[in-house]
Amino acid sequence: MAGLEVATRPTNLLLVSAGCFAGTLIGMLPGLGPVSAIALLIPVTYAFDPAGALILLAGVYYGAVFGGSTSAILLNAPGVAGTVATTFDGFPLARSGAAGKALAVAAYASFSGGTLAAVMLLVAAPALATVSLSFQSPEYFALMVLGLIAVTAFAGEGGFAKSTLMAVVGLMLATVGTDRTDGVMRFTFGRLDLLDGISFLLLAMAAFALSEVLLAALNGETRQTTNKLADMGSLKLSRKEVQDVAPAIGRSSLLGFLIGVLPGAGATIASFMSYAFERNLAAPKAQKEFGKGSLRGLAAPESANNAASSGSFVPLLTLGVPGSATTAVMLGALISYGINPGPSLFVDRPDVFWGVIVSMYVGNVVLLILNLPLIPYFARILALPQTFLVPLIVFFCLVGVYLVSFNVFDLYLMIAFGAVAVVLRRFRYPMAPMIVGFTLGGLLETNLRRSMVLYDDSFSFVWERPITLLIMVLTVLIVLLPVLRKRWRRAVTD
Amino acid sequence: MPSILKPLFLRRSCFCAVLLAYVCLQGVAAEACDATGDTPADMARLHFLVPGGAGGGWDSTARAVGEALRRSGLAARVSYENRSGGGGGVAIAHFIETAGRQQNTVFVGSTALVIRSLGGLLPQDIDELVPIASVVADYGALVVRADSPLQDFAQLSTAVAENPRQNKVAGGSVRGGMDHLVLELAMIAAGHPAGRVPYVAYDAGGQALTSLLSGETQVLSTGVSEVAAASDQGQVRILAITSPERLPELPEVPTLLELGVDAEFANWRGFFGPPGMTEDERKRIACVIETMTRTPEWETQRSRLALTNFVRRGTAFDAFLRDNRRQLDRLMDSVRAGKKAATQ
Repeated sequence: MAGLEVATRPTNLLLVSAGCFAGTLIGMLPGLGPVSAIALLIPVTYAFDPAGALILLAGVYYGAVFGGSTSAILLNAPGVAGTVATTFDGFPLARSGAAGKALAVAAYASFSGGTLAAVMLLVAAPALATVSLSFQSPEYFALMVLGLIAVTAFAGEGGFAKSTLMAVVGLMLATVGTDRTDGVMRFTFGRLDLLDGISFLLLAMAAFALSEVLLAALNGETRQTTNKLADMGSLKLSRKEVQDVAPAIGRSSLLGFLIGVLPGAGATIASFMSYAFERNLAAPKAQKEFGKGSLRGLAAPESANNAASSGSFVPLLTLGVPGSATTAVMLGALISYGINPGPSLFVDRPDVFWGVIVSMYVGNVVLLILNLPLIPYFARILALPQTFLVPLIVFFCLVGVYLVSFNVFDLYLMIAFGAVAVVLRRFRYPMAPMIVGFTLGGLLETNLRRSMVLYDDSFSFVWERPITLLIMVLTVLIVLLPVLRKRWRRAVTD
Repeated sequence: MPSILKPLFLRRSCFCAVLLAYVCLQGVAAEACDATGDTPADMARLHFLVPGGAGGGWDSTARAVGEALRRSGLAARVSYENRSGGGGGVAIAHFIETAGRQQNTVFVGSTALVIRSLGGLLPQDIDELVPIASVVADYGALVVRADSPLQDFAQLSTAVAENPRQNKVAGGSVRGGMDHLVLELAMIAAGHPAGRVPYVAYDAGGQALTSLLSGETQVLSTGVSEVAAASDQGQVRILAITSPERLPELPEVPTLLELGVDAEFANWRGFFGPPGMTEDERKRIACVIETMTRTPEWETQRSRLALTNFVRRGTAFDAFLRDNRRQLDRLMDSVRAGKKAATQ
């Protein structure tokens, strides 16, 4: 088969390894991000043939998704939106002394997600093109609502009211900046710095990493990590844990892949959805662990975001349409190599089409080999005394945010948000729903407004379109089910 | 300059000297590019200020031009700075603020910035910068799905005007942005009222194309470069383009002009200098850029961009910008007026 031959050429093996290595580094350090990294690499790729070039770029992309979990788990610092859900359980795990185990589960989950997605691509990529086009704006709107509700409805800390409130705050923050339908400026207070809205990185660093270390400093917390140094880096999983995590990985990979195939969704929504899905599926006892350090809660979003980033190659390669900012840059690269991606790509250029897909297996193996031996060393970061760790994380946040915008205003804004977050967290307002609301808010709004224009200012799309209706019903069920279950149980015991 | 190129350079300078003498006699010396004396056709370094992020349209243009300058030996060193934000406003503000120390820096601009300036969406107007030269242009394309019943532009414009509920138009810019305006321009020229197009805004051309393919919208208005690949693959049909003549890559697609619709529109990309730039400086950089567009190195870069050459400099570029601005201003006014009339 053409793909296998292309993917196993020595230069291409080297390219995929180089891409994965660069991607892992980029993913670990919040800041640059895969989009800019790939855009900057394009001139370099002109030296290779198109298949090799795309293999390199794809390696950077899924390498970054793979590497992004490390800072999310260890430092509560999600550098890209797709790793926010990883912090929900990954960071509590790391804090409780199981950093090595958390990183290992994340690595295995990412590997499985990526590999399963590559298998699905190999089997069905050309056929999946129709799936990509089955969702329109009303469906995306419904999907965003479902994702938002599914995550906030179960937010443990502070209860339902507080978590809904924070989700609304997130939605409100997402409206700042130039609106994407009419180009009108909203809540910018005449400031140039706010024209593009608040950056995700800034808010995520403020709400999670920065407020975390500020709280720790305020509490004068001295973590009892020293005695656990040996466990810290341990990667061992018990048989029960493996049995617990494996099915979750399988389910989340499939869900993540399917969401990734949709050009309007992507890794972020995939990770939130699979997290919520696993929590709903879990037995009540296991459900309580979600958010406090559940291995299942960590494995689900990690396998989903990797599967989704592989899935996003379906619309790129089979239709020539980008599913995310990253694949949009890759599409530009492909066209500049003289290749027109579209329905006949796998006939015209089987070397590119199948070569890239087969190289994804290789890439995932490389990533696993690259990452597993490093875990004990990364995990030890948490063993640093608080006096070193706190300034290190603050530095890391400030530099990461500054390097994206080169704008000092962003730093002040981040510090201000960090301070507000500390106060809110003291009063047990959860941060997760806020970030979920913020990341989904923009897409939710534009898809709603687009649907309104398409349906001549009526809401009829909610009941006229079967998939939209189905997702909406599911959303309502998620909200009502726990209430109904409680009622029913009470009725039985009475 | 590499020594290998020296003979060529000398020959060209001889030729240019003759040309210069001729042009001087004609009395328009300031307009000609020559490679002698105080205006050498190469430079030590050029810095590009890109108002958007890496990988976008402005960025790819800057990097293509920079690469061609470097490879052809016209500029020894080129560097890039991405200052995204506010749809270009952040970079314009920065350029104006630091104009004093921006020698050898050029700002990458395009039609979109003129539209945003006219719409009052930028804190500082792009006409505060000094126009140097334009290099490439993309033209507007009106597109339908391959299986669409619409066969030509006449059918398309009637369908959109008379049955807006069933014929939504997608575009890769905000309402009132470029893709929307290009469609309005064509519709007005075809005799339909302004401001009535059922336009649906998407974040970028690629997303708008997705919506056309999925059947969410029926018509797409975007740049030729955004849909050339999809047309090549037989997924879509381009019914008309807004260029003055047919494009060599799309020989079978008619222009609006030849269909009797008086609508021509170029989405140009070009370079600007800081306010206060001297006439000599401006001419020097413009000449380097113009010389660059005749090199084979540029041809390689240009074909990667999939854009058409659109080289204007000096007073020709000034005049073009004035016309372009007037055309857009009038168009935006009539769209606004049309919308108002429609809602009353």
